Order: sequence, then C-alpha cells, then structure tokens
Amino acid sequence: MKLTTDEVRYVADLANLRLSDEEIVRMSHDLAGILTHVEQLNELDVEDVAPMAQVLYEADEIATLREDHPQNPLTNPEAVANAPISGAGYYKVPLVIEK
Amino acid sequence: MSGVPSVSELTISRIREGLRKKQFSAAEVVTAQLEFAERENPKTNAFLTFSSERALEAANRADARIVKGENPGTLAGVPLGVKDVIVTKGLRTTCGSKMLEHYIPPYDATAVIRLEEAGAAIVGKLNCDEFAMGSSNENSAFGPVRNPVAPDRVPGGSSGGSAAAVAQGTCVVSLGSDTGGSIRQPASFCGVVGVTPTYGRVSRYGLVAFASSLDHIGPFGRTVEDAAFVLNAMAGRDDRDATSAFAPVDDYCALMKQDVKGMKVGLPREYFEGLADDTGDLIHKAIGKLKDLGCEIRDISLPNTKYAVACYYIIATAEASSNLARYDGVRYTIRADADTLSDMYRNTRGAGFGAEVKRRIMLGTYVLSAGYYDAYYLKAQKVRALVAQDFAKAFQEVDAIVGPVSPFTAFRLGEKIDDPMSMYLSDIYTITGDLSGVPCMSVPCGKSKSEGLPVGLQIFTRHFDEATMFRLAWNYERASKG
Repeated sequence: MKLTTDEVRYVADLANLRLSDEEIVRMSHDLAGILTHVEQLNELDVEDVAPMAQVLYEADEIATLREDHPQNPLTNPEAVANAPISGAGYYKVPLVIEK
Repeated sequence: MSGVPSVSELTISRIREGLRKKQFSAAEVVTAQLEFAERENPKTNAFLTFSSERALEAANRADARIVKGENPGTLAGVPLGVKDVIVTKGLRTTCGSKMLEHYIPPYDATAVIRLEEAGAAIVGKLNCDEFAMGSSNENSAFGPVRNPVAPDRVPGGSSGGSAAAVAQGTCVVSLGSDTGGSIRQPASFCGVVGVTPTYGRVSRYGLVAFASSLDHIGPFGRTVEDAAFVLNAMAGRDDRDATSAFAPVDDYCALMKQDVKGMKVGLPREYFEGLADDTGDLIHKAIGKLKDLGCEIRDISLPNTKYAVACYYIIATAEASSNLARYDGVRYTIRADADTLSDMYRNTRGAGFGAEVKRRIMLGTYVLSAGYYDAYYLKAQKVRALVAQDFAKAFQEVDAIVGPVSPFTAFRLGEKIDDPMSMYLSDIYTITGDLSGVPCMSVPCGKSKSEGLPVGLQIFTRHFDEATMFRLAWNYERASKG
C-alpha cells in the first residue's frame, strides 16, 4: 500500500488541516503503514455479516424519547464565552461573502 | 481531630470508617491530600490543574451533613481526580491539547455531578494523551506523565495521569476514559485497578467525544472495592445520553463478596500467543490462584482477535474525524490568523492539533472518503460484529474470561513514539472489549521478576454483568494479598 503526497494533500484538504510539506511526507509514510496492516481484513469473508452500527440496545425503540417540555439551555453569554472572538451575542468569523 | 492516616495509602472504606468514628473530618482528609498532591505532582506530571477550592467546598458540605447527623454520601471526603477529557463547570478542561488550553466548560459531565452528589471532592484534572489518543501519555501537549513505579517508563495511556495519580497516592480514586484500552492498559502499567464498564453503563454526557460508539467512562482505584464504590455512584441511565443504558445497576460492593466456587472461567488461547515471559508467568500464576479459589478453568477461543486492531483503527478514526470537526477556530478558544473562513479553519486545526491527532483525523477522513467507504468503514463494522460474536459465543460456555491486559510491561519514554503501528498493536488485548461493549477491568497480579514492573490481569464478563467481574477480581485480590 502506497499513498502519494498528492493523495495526502487531497485528504488534508477534506479534513480542513493545514499540513507542512514535512508533515505531508511523514503522513504518507505513516498512513501507508497503517493501511497495509488494515489489508489483513481482506482475508475475512464478511459478505453475509450484518454491519454492527449499534453497540448495545436493550430497551424499546422509543425509550429514549422524552416528553416535549422546554428545558433550560445554556444562556447566550455562556454559549459564546469560550469563543476566540464574539460580539453582540454572536460568534465572529472572517468575511464569508465578498461585497 | 487530626488523625488523618498516610494519604497515599487511603482507601474509601478507611475514609468512611474515619469519618464515622470521628477520627478526622472530610476537610482534614482533603487538605492533607491536596498538600501531598501539590508537593509530589512534579515527579509524575499527572495533574494538569488543581481545584483546591472546589474540593474543600465539597469536603465542608460533607462535614456539615455529618454534624447535622445526615448521610454525607458514600464518597464523602474522598479525593477524586478527573481525566481532563471529562468536562467540569468553571474548571479548565484541556483534553491534553493546545486546542483547548484555555477552555472553561459551561457545564459538568453527568458522572461528575453524580460523584459530587455522593460527596466526592474533585482535587484536580489529570493529564492524558491528546483527546485520549495514545497508549503512552506521550501525546499530551502539556508534557508526558512518568510512571510512579519507574520514572523512566511511561504510565500507559491514554488515561496515564489517572492511573499514575492513584498509584502515586496524589488522589484516592480517579476517572478515566477507555476507547481502545485507555483505562485498563495504564492501570496494568501502574499497578492499580482500572474498570471499563459495559458500553452505556455510565453516561457519556460531558465526556469530550473521541469515538462515540467506543467511548466509556470508568474508575481507577488502589483496590477493587474502591473502583466498585465509584462505579456504583455514577452508573445508570441518564436522559442526556441517548446511548446510556436502562438496565438496573447492581450493588457491586455487596455482590462481589460472594465466593467464586464453581465459576466457569475461560482462557482465550489467542491472548497467550506472543506474551513477554515475565507477563506470561504472572498471568499463569494468577490463573493458578483462581483454580485454588474453586474456579473451573476452560480453554476457549476468540478467533477474530487478530483482526481487532485493524478493525478498531478504521472505526475509531472515522468517528474521531467527524467528532473533531467541531474544533474549527469559531467556538473553542484558539484561532489562527487568516483572511478567509476556510483558511482560518485550516490554519487553526493545523496549529492546534498534535501529530497523533492529525494522523488519526487523516486516517479517518481517508477511510470515509468517496470510493473507500465500503472497502474500509463498512467492512470494519462487519468485522466488529464478528469480534462481538466471539464474545457472545464464549459467554454461552463461561461466566468470565481472563487473560493479560498488555503483551508487555511499561515501556521506556520515547521507545515507541516514532512507530505508530507498533504503538497501536500494543492494544491488541484491550481493543476487543471496547469493540464488543462488554465490561472489562485490569486488576494487579504482581510485578515482573526482571524489572519490578506491574502486570495486570484482565477480566471480561457478559454485558451488564459487572457484578461477576468485580466478584472474581475481589476474590482474586484477597487471595493474592493473603
């Protein structure tokens, strides 16, 4: 299993991660190593196995639904308190749409 | 009063006895513990943050209840450390990451709320691998933790601080989290008890998400009973976590004291291949003890064990790549400079995450990307079903499964850090428990002859049968001490 640096750059782009050239080279080596190990799953015939998406569920299907009563959410100041930049109760971000 | 015994050896039952007999107050225990912890912590770097005010308030509340003749709770005056991936209102929670270095959560995790209601005093937040990703605690942005048994060794990970602090005596019990072995492996490396309960047994509300279908909160203690006390106080359904279980919670502390005569215990042959000699000797000695106690030992097979690591690193990283998308420079404390929104995301994440977290986000993004989903993620979910079936079949024959926690003892700092695949393979015996959701734990079973390093015996039982797991562990612990 080999991964080109272009493939790594493409995945980094999907993941919104800025990686240095050095990191890209290292990453293509590390990911290739892990994906090679993962290839051993091909030994198994899993054609008729149902995928396990839910770990455990021992109650009836609607057991987790609650009565629709309003509950106290975080207040607005609490919600934005950890934001690097906020103002007037909003998160502030760089310009999204050009004028 | 002033008769607080040596804090580094306190147990919950000793604290309860002391409070009942008025040998000391909760405030005295907590004060003595904090003094000891703040003095000794630099030796291990287990604590990242101390919360003395919060701990003393809890102790004072417990003392006030005692004065009024009220029940102060089973954990009154018990100094508790909390892994820094579990949120605490108003108390910095870093996840071992630069990304959250200054994050002050606006709410408490359900586990934290329940333990404080039971009287526990949170003394501080414990170091860990960044976002709980790692097996050595070397991936923390705030420096590695040292193993208190051997300072040149890792404490294991990712809950390295939680295990080290309990072993060192800088808290009595602690909370960790386990996604692939992150409670049991450090417990084994540091010589303490660490419990990963059934998936859903403890609410994940307030546990910062790494891989939601695999994440568990669980306790560490110096004794089996201490871990059982903590689990009893926090287990049970929570409306704020839809995956938390409705199953009733047993009284572990009472049930574990029944004997284990006739208990059927399985030894999975796949767990005894490739063990280091020292580890193997101690595990076999422990199995001998279980025989002496009247357990019926049987050889069993968990045939898909060898596929567990590959399966796990697809599912866990896929879930992580999605869960960690929220750290985008908008809501959580740090932001890197950029002119456009998308550059801001990229620069913030590039600067805020460490190498291992980036590696896992990349792998998870890759296996979920267009064209690869069926080949990797879907296949891994099917293999996960096979691993879970292995356990289900085995538990038709036996009541408990025992084996090693880790193929080897604590390794040296720096020894595996440059080889991620060899680090991942060290989780081979713990990952299966997380994939199948069964309860499992590590209980100390001695120290290696050559280097004096602790080894842990792992116990698995059926879903929600923590009572049998604690029973086997408690009886073994008593027999091995006696």
